[in-house]
Amino acid sequence: MTMQATIVQAVNDALHTEMERDDRVVVFGEDVAESGGVFRATDELLEEFGTDRVVDTPLSEIAIVGGAAGMAMYGYRPVAEIQFSGFLPPAFDQLVTNASRIRWRTRGELSAPMVVRMPYGAGVRALEHHSESLEGAYGHIPGLKVAVPSTPADTKGLLTAAIRDPDPVLFMEPKRIYRSIRDEVPEGEHEVPLGEAAVRREGSELTVVAWGAMMPATLEAVEQSGVDAEVIDLRTISPMDAETIVESVKKTGRCCVVHEGPRTLGVGSEIIARINDEALMYLEAPVERVTGFDTPVPLLSMEDFYFPHPPRIVEGIERALSV
Amino acid sequence: MSDRESDIRASPAVGDDGGGEVRYLSQRNLEVPTHQIVSPDGSYDEGAIPDLDDEELCDLYRWMVTDRVFSRRMVNIQRRGELGTFGSTRGQEASIIGSAFTLQPQDWLYVGRAWTPMFMRGASMRDMILFWRGIEEGQQAFARQNSQIAISIGSHLPLVAGIAWGMQLDDADAVSTAYLGDGATSTGAAHEGINLAGSLGLPALFFCQNNQYAISMPFEQQSGANTIAQKALAYGIDAIRVDGQDVLAVYDAVQSARERVKNGDPVFVESVTYRLDAHTTSDDPTRYRDDEEVQQWEENDPIERYRTFLKSEGLWSDIDHDAIVEDIEAEFDEALAAANEFEERGVAEMFAYVYDDLPPELARQLDEFEELLERRPEMYDYIEQRPKG
Ligand SMILES: Cc1ncc(C[n+]2csc(CCOP(=O)(O)OP(=O)(O)O)c2C)c(N)n1
Ligand SMILES: [Mg+2]
Repeated sequence: MTMQATIVQAVNDALHTEMERDDRVVVFGEDVAESGGVFRATDELLEEFGTDRVVDTPLSEIAIVGGAAGMAMYGYRPVAEIQFSGFLPPAFDQLVTNASRIRWRTRGELSAPMVVRMPYGAGVRALEHHSESLEGAYGHIPGLKVAVPSTPADTKGLLTAAIRDPDPVLFMEPKRIYRSIRDEVPEGEHEVPLGEAAVRREGSELTVVAWGAMMPATLEAVEQSGVDAEVIDLRTISPMDAETIVESVKKTGRCCVVHEGPRTLGVGSEIIARINDEALMYLEAPVERVTGFDTPVPLLSMEDFYFPHPPRIVEGIERALSV
Repeated sequence: MSDRESDIRASPAVGDDGGGEVRYLSQRNLEVPTHQIVSPDGSYDEGAIPDLDDEELCDLYRWMVTDRVFSRRMVNIQRRGELGTFGSTRGQEASIIGSAFTLQPQDWLYVGRAWTPMFMRGASMRDMILFWRGIEEGQQAFARQNSQIAISIGSHLPLVAGIAWGMQLDDADAVSTAYLGDGATSTGAAHEGINLAGSLGLPALFFCQNNQYAISMPFEQQSGANTIAQKALAYGIDAIRVDGQDVLAVYDAVQSARERVKNGDPVFVESVTYRLDAHTTSDDPTRYRDDEEVQQWEENDPIERYRTFLKSEGLWSDIDHDAIVEDIEAEFDEALAAANEFEERGVAEMFAYVYDDLPPELARQLDEFEELLERRPEMYDYIEQRPKG
């Protein structure tokens, strides 16, 4: 059985389903309970699961993330929300210092099976700090998993997997496409394993890798370019499914990586390194990157310039094919 | 050589409770007075009126009305699609104006929900419209007045402490001021900033507008503390709690605080007020609060209360309310027209000011992007530059 849902509805559905299945799942964050979240991602959870399991927290990112880690160590399955990814930085310390290394520090005696969900990326015409895509920075933290869905079904499936995962997972939700895609989502329990990329389109001429809010733009660009491209949705930034990329590149010999975050030290750099490690001899051209710029995301009046729109991706694809 | 009598820095604790029962320090035993000059029914003690001349008393009124009209107009143009979003200050006028009226041009000011203080310091309504349209020149204009708006809640308190530190080193006749909300007091950054000020004895003034909500979160749930003012005591900083609907009490409290702060005694002021409008234009407050509660605060309107005072003082006849509103509306119309003159900018703007000197890789990215935009005009199918919101 399937239903039609947007990405934000899929988040909500996954939370409902997992809270029903496991009463150790507790949802908290700023404005998540009484008002159902600023994007309504946690709508109706309070009504269904009550004030012990759906909790409005003080305006305290450090306590939200660090508190989630502690609660997880104690045995609960917290799903914490950071209202916008631009407000995670204060809690970066708790991710780096605690959540990501509890298992390592205690030699497996304790762990922090928790999820931090947060909308990320530009495109909603908000103020400063409401537009960044820093998955590269978060993917750099050993011990932390980072997932970024791009479809409603994957949103439900990956969030479910994140909640069930024995390790901490940062779940980055592409708010630009929160409501712009409505698609089939399986009803009831639905899990999509972390660490597995998806091939969205099979092709032979080149491989294009993208994720999150870049997926629709990438598929549109591939369509426009008329190239027989294989399109991979990375889905999990860390641990990265390099195998799927490498196998595809061995077949196509060419690759273009697309991401919204800044170019320098971005996830694209790591993907290219993995291709170099495993498939260098199969490459017929240098791997191309189409990315955000190494600048802060402009405020809303010029925000649109930042995003790697389809014509930029088309050029990246053409460059990868030109040698 | 140390001038201490002994070389032992910390001596062991001396017990003084006589053993017996364990005694607690408790907020229950803490008396937190609330400063008020004009009571809600408009009565006041003549002797308590702050030392302000008639012109200044009338100015307070004009600025409060400015604040209200500005919020109303901004909400209206946001609804017409001419702003990204906007956070109204309606209900907080006495709190905002009474406090900002004490500040001097040499002071630094970092605000949360308070826009008119920027105008009082010389920024224009146009600059504020630009800010809410997401145009970087807004903050640039505020920076020229040594003012900024903090979007990451609480993040500015360490900055304000650091600015105060510089003032201390300079022996400057100035204070560094942070406006913050009740929600902001729960952030780690706020704690550390206030603590630093207390630790080093910095000329920092913390003005907290407890408007009862942080988006949907009512103050009682924000913290276990009965009041925000008492939190300051933990840092060894003196605090004042003031009725934020009473402009004279706010002025009096902050004026007194500023004097102390200037001498290196940081002060924390909690101003008890209420946000009558939505958190921002994207918020729906009916999801988390009752009309009845809002109505109660509507009836505790700070402008109304001050008007009653002005009447009692015989100053109301000096004020032409309609003319003031008309002036402000005209100022806003002009500001909007000036903001609408703001031209679309080139993409170089995105790369400007990231560094003092553009590193080669960024320069390369800019060149490449400019060329691409020329080569592929279809980019503009996806890009809308919105200098008019
Ligand atoms: C660090 C941080 N976390 C979350 C947010 C999202 N947010 C914006 S305003 C706000 C509530 C602020 O409440 P308060 O400090 O009381 O100020 P008020 O809006 O009531 O003036 C929140 C949670 C933010 N801007 N910054
Ligand atoms: Mg507040």
